[in-house]
Amino acid sequence: MLKINDLKVNYGGIEAVKGISFEVPEKSIVTLIGANGAGKSTTLRTIVGLKKPSAGTIMFLGDNIAGTDTSSIISKGITLVPEGRRVFADMSVIENIKIGGYLRTDSLEDDINWVYDLFPRLKERSWQMAGTLSGGEQQMLAVARALMSRPKLLMMDEPSLGLAPIIVQGIFDIIKEINKQGVTILLIEQNANMALHAADLAYVMETGHITMQGSGKELLADESIKAAYLGKKKN
Amino acid sequence: MKTTNKNRTRNIILTALSFALVLGILAYLQGNRAQYSYAISILERSAIYAVVAVAMNLLNGFTGLFSLGQAGFMALGAYTVGILTIPVELRESVYYMNGISDVIKNLHAPFGAALIIAGLVAALVAALIGIPVLRLKSDYLAIATLGFAEIIRALIASPQLDRITNGSYGLNNIPKFPNIFYTFGIAALCILLIILVIHSSYGRAFKAIREDEIAAESMGINLFRHKELAFVISSFFTGVAGGMLAMFMQSIDSKTFQVSLTYDMLLIVVIGGIGSITGSVLGAFLVTAGREWLRFCDNPLTIGGVNIPLFRPGFRMVIFSILLMVVVLFYRKGLMGTNEFSWDGLFGLIKNIPGRFRRKRKGGAQ
Repeated sequence: MLKINDLKVNYGGIEAVKGISFEVPEKSIVTLIGANGAGKSTTLRTIVGLKKPSAGTIMFLGDNIAGTDTSSIISKGITLVPEGRRVFADMSVIENIKIGGYLRTDSLEDDINWVYDLFPRLKERSWQMAGTLSGGEQQMLAVARALMSRPKLLMMDEPSLGLAPIIVQGIFDIIKEINKQGVTILLIEQNANMALHAADLAYVMETGHITMQGSGKELLADESIKAAYLGKKKN
Repeated sequence: MKTTNKNRTRNIILTALSFALVLGILAYLQGNRAQYSYAISILERSAIYAVVAVAMNLLNGFTGLFSLGQAGFMALGAYTVGILTIPVELRESVYYMNGISDVIKNLHAPFGAALIIAGLVAALVAALIGIPVLRLKSDYLAIATLGFAEIIRALIASPQLDRITNGSYGLNNIPKFPNIFYTFGIAALCILLIILVIHSSYGRAFKAIREDEIAAESMGINLFRHKELAFVISSFFTGVAGGMLAMFMQSIDSKTFQVSLTYDMLLIVVIGGIGSITGSVLGAFLVTAGREWLRFCDNPLTIGGVNIPLFRPGFRMVIFSILLMVVVLFYRKGLMGTNEFSWDGLFGLIKNIPGRFRRKRKGGAQ
């Protein structure tokens, strides 16, 4: 569904992404893991058009979307849940959710019910200001908001950031549930263990390159991955 | 807070009653115009300032753009209305020093059309200025818009434009509103239109930009286009209000639109509460009326034959500033915060008052 070929992205003179190629098959969960500064977030920001690539192609459903603007990319069916949740703190939960469907011209009613079914917690807090929610609830809201654009591909930037382990488990259950309902997921994670267990396909990024790829299970078993990201000693 | 059905009927009745009350007071004032001319002029000025404050709040409070160009856009609106509405036969006498340019000599419009044109002129200039300026953020945007307002003022006063703006002599003989219903009606209409914008999906997008630009952009909101839109809408109503001010004052010159006018508006918005429409309206009336009411401080005061030394011209501004500091200290977020006035809120407040006293007394006994 998404096919990236030799993508390069610069910040000023610094090349953050140095020519990566990868693929996200339809209806799968794909994860990009790697340390800070590997270029993972930049990759997602570039896919959704917040950053312009300096070279390479991003094919989505057969069209090259590299360098087009965010609103048209979102209309095509890609949405990003930004890092650190970034809910609109002084707006109510329902307003946050409605903003997610900003580019749509049809009725939002059905989808509001859909995300409220996914996150009953948010329904209870519909009129509460988003800033008063707990971290986990804010993450749920950020996901709900993103789902309101009816994405075919949902990209998430570190959904587990700053959340308690039990909440992280809940978030990942929701991710799998959303995936079952037909949404393809591209996930960035530092919590490699969690991400690899959930993923059908995983890529490892290091300083702007993709250095390894395989199914989640393969990478979980890989010795160097264990040493670098899972905190287990090499034998 | 959910409003129950019973309360809703009550609220509608109360709103209708207060609306009728305001109309009644206005009708009474209009009927006894000669007697109450001072009060009327304060109320009219407050209403006009309320429009500017609400328009400023749309930018500063709802879109998060700290703009200080209000005086400039008001000047554009005021001069547009002045040039278009001064009766043609009086123009020779208005422009007696420099003569009048042939272009505007016979240009005349009824005041309703002139006000709309004033808004459009301000909006057009805002659209052009916005292209470079709205790429700046926070303080830089404030400085740029402030500079722009000063440029407008300097241009108006410049000798090169003497035959259009009458340079430093200013414009006079601008016709007044026929009666106070026009002033209040137009002001109310402008505020109502801004409220409609804020409650539309555009308004929601503006608030999203205020909250978090990156997240807003990730939702597909085009930052620049929406900022520009907010800037143009706000400037349109600021221009209209500038035109209303010209009609209220009847004579204007470039000094009317100094930076201090912008600061007055900022003061009103901050006192009322950044992000609250009703706060801005309340602030406009309180600040304008408060400043007039304190005038007694400017006159020498003698109590029992003793002359109180501090009371002399200028002292009221000292008192006024102290009052402002008190308000800002005790109402950190302005009088209304980001809340809007609602009857439910008012009754909740009244219900809480006895409770507050009781708690205090209990605390005192211990």
